[in-house]
Amino acid sequence: MISRRRFLKTAAATSVLAGTSGLAMPAIAQGKMIKLGYVSPQTGPLAAFAEADKFVIDGFNQAVKSMGLAYEVVVKDSQSNPNRAAEVAKELIVQDEVHLVMVASTPETTNPVSTTCEAEQVPCLSSVAPWQPWFIGQQGNPGDPASWKPFDYAYHFFWGLEDVIAVYTNMWGQLETNRSVAGLFPNDGDGNAWGDKAVGFPPVLDKLGYKLTDPGRYQNLTDDFSAQINAFKQANADIVTGVMIPPDFTTFWNQAKQQGFKPKIASIGKALLFPSTIETVGDAGHNLSSEVWWTPSHPFKSSLTGQSAAEVAAAFTQATGKPWTQPIGFVHALFEVAVDAMKRVGDPSDADAVAEALGKTKLDTLVGPLAWGSDQLPPFAQKNIAKTPLVGGQWRRKDGGGYDLVIVDNKTAPSIPTGGKMELIA
Amino acid sequence: MSWLDTVVQGVLLGGLYALFAAGLSLVFGIMRLVNLAHGDLIVLAAYLILVLVTALGLNPFVAALVAMPIMFAAGWALQRLVLNRTLGDDILPPLLVTFGLSIVIQNALLEGFSADSRRIYAGGIETASLAIGPVNVGVMPLLTLASAVLAIVALNQLFYRTSLGRAFRATSDDPVTAGLMGIRPNRIFAQATGVAMVVVTIAALYLGTRANFDPATGPSRLIYAFEAVIIGGLGSLWGTLAGGIIIGVAQTVGAAVNPEWQILAGHVAFLAVLLARPRGLFPRAVD
Repeated sequence: MISRRRFLKTAAATSVLAGTSGLAMPAIAQGKMIKLGYVSPQTGPLAAFAEADKFVIDGFNQAVKSMGLAYEVVVKDSQSNPNRAAEVAKELIVQDEVHLVMVASTPETTNPVSTTCEAEQVPCLSSVAPWQPWFIGQQGNPGDPASWKPFDYAYHFFWGLEDVIAVYTNMWGQLETNRSVAGLFPNDGDGNAWGDKAVGFPPVLDKLGYKLTDPGRYQNLTDDFSAQINAFKQANADIVTGVMIPPDFTTFWNQAKQQGFKPKIASIGKALLFPSTIETVGDAGHNLSSEVWWTPSHPFKSSLTGQSAAEVAAAFTQATGKPWTQPIGFVHALFEVAVDAMKRVGDPSDADAVAEALGKTKLDTLVGPLAWGSDQLPPFAQKNIAKTPLVGGQWRRKDGGGYDLVIVDNKTAPSIPTGGKMELIA
Repeated sequence: MSWLDTVVQGVLLGGLYALFAAGLSLVFGIMRLVNLAHGDLIVLAAYLILVLVTALGLNPFVAALVAMPIMFAAGWALQRLVLNRTLGDDILPPLLVTFGLSIVIQNALLEGFSADSRRIYAGGIETASLAIGPVNVGVMPLLTLASAVLAIVALNQLFYRTSLGRAFRATSDDPVTAGLMGIRPNRIFAQATGVAMVVVTIAALYLGTRANFDPATGPSRLIYAFEAVIIGGLGSLWGTLAGGIIIGVAQTVGAAVNPEWQILAGHVAFLAVLLARPRGLFPRAVD
């Protein structure tokens, strides 16, 4: 009897055989097919982050084919659910037997996948989550820095909280204000980190002479912000900051206008990342500011295809008819690092060698130069984390409709050109 | 003054929750059907209005009027073709089917509209407000509350002044005896779901203009709707309005004390009502 399972296995094996024999290419560099696994939130509330995945992976498959390399990418959907993310990571490791797991977008996706890989001793490369929630969030005891240990198999590249704080305060420093800051921090991983009294905004603002009004952690998907608006009006706040999800920002911003609260600057993390969200605010989106991780004007090139940031963004718009988004550069860079590391190992199935190669990576990527082991990070995080540059930008309304993201502050990364100066919200 | 403002904002917020809940209350009251896809149907209607606004350049309020008959037909068909087959002595099948429907709607919307967060833009009226005494009242929240009250007045008229309403009430009380009197419960149910979808369209208009929505927004809206229905008491539409307002005021008062307590305060108010009046404030239906 042939069971269903057995039939599937045989069929799969035959098709793999047929596939490889069909690829009668002479002298493939490593000779062996390298299997990469990729996890991202393609459906659910975080799906906007994964919108460019298909474009990037199609481009990657084409690029490696033309370079004569044998790669296979197995893509899994986390459904924006941390439990599901851990489950598909296990599937990649046990069933698909991938040589390297890659994961992107928000701690809710990166952390469960990285933890699973670390436990299963499979190399993992992660991005698109600030490094503190990624590193500290995976520790056994996040409250005790002395107990934090570096990872053997999990590596990560992105910016950190210290960068976003520096970018925001640099932007505010360009303008004359009463230095009264209103803080909107939700009760989630990001909000608690940003509003933290030790590592978040409060100590830095204190030192720089800003007065912070923080009414407290609110729940995501709140329908009413009148309590916060009352507190901000009483403090006469000129600046609003926080890390909000898009629906909450729209609710807050409309209600603030209804209640006559008119700040001069609004620098909001997360909510203002995607052009599609800023367009939902309508005309009121002009001169809202945000942290910027990647734009088409970043002066970086792909090590894989040689394309500049502008060319990649233009290709995305041509392929999908949509404006570029910031995750494109980072998902692309994940694949750049994977190929670079695999070039430096003899046997891709040797997990320890691959992990070691990842940690030794020094590569100029689409999101800037990446190198692990930098002394810009605290000692406990140096081994596993590489930092990418972060600058500040403002959304400017275009004449014909739509918005442009203009970089207005680059003190933190002078190699990235600015496109203008910080302006007040009219 | 600040407390007055807090309570006024809470009442206005309650209008939104009552609109979310009215359709659910109707379906729940007449056929004891717990529609777990209610939140997703609101989001579906919001996308329908969005399509009408962007494709035909309609004003959102006009677009909602156009969407109402479409949603009525969709609700009628949904009940006739799917949900009627699940009704019976067992309460599990309708739960499972509407739960599945919720997932189907979310993923169909994701395929069709992508995960981008959208909003229905009403041309600046969102940020307008009126100064009433010492309190600034937003025009949109005021319209939301007024629409909620109007919708409930209209539904009550339908229930107690028309023969269709009499058939609704009769089927709700005893479907078998109603059937002996020549009423076909299945047809009545289909019409009731159609009417509920019209109310859902009104809720969608205010949800979509107030904040962003995306295909995954629905379920988070369901919980407040449920609580408003339960607080008000089964089958009482005015009770549903009261329930919405109680949750809204509890949330804004909780937030005024500390924003961490905003959502919690709404849930605590719900539990407190359940403790004092297990059948809700104004129960009408007898089980």
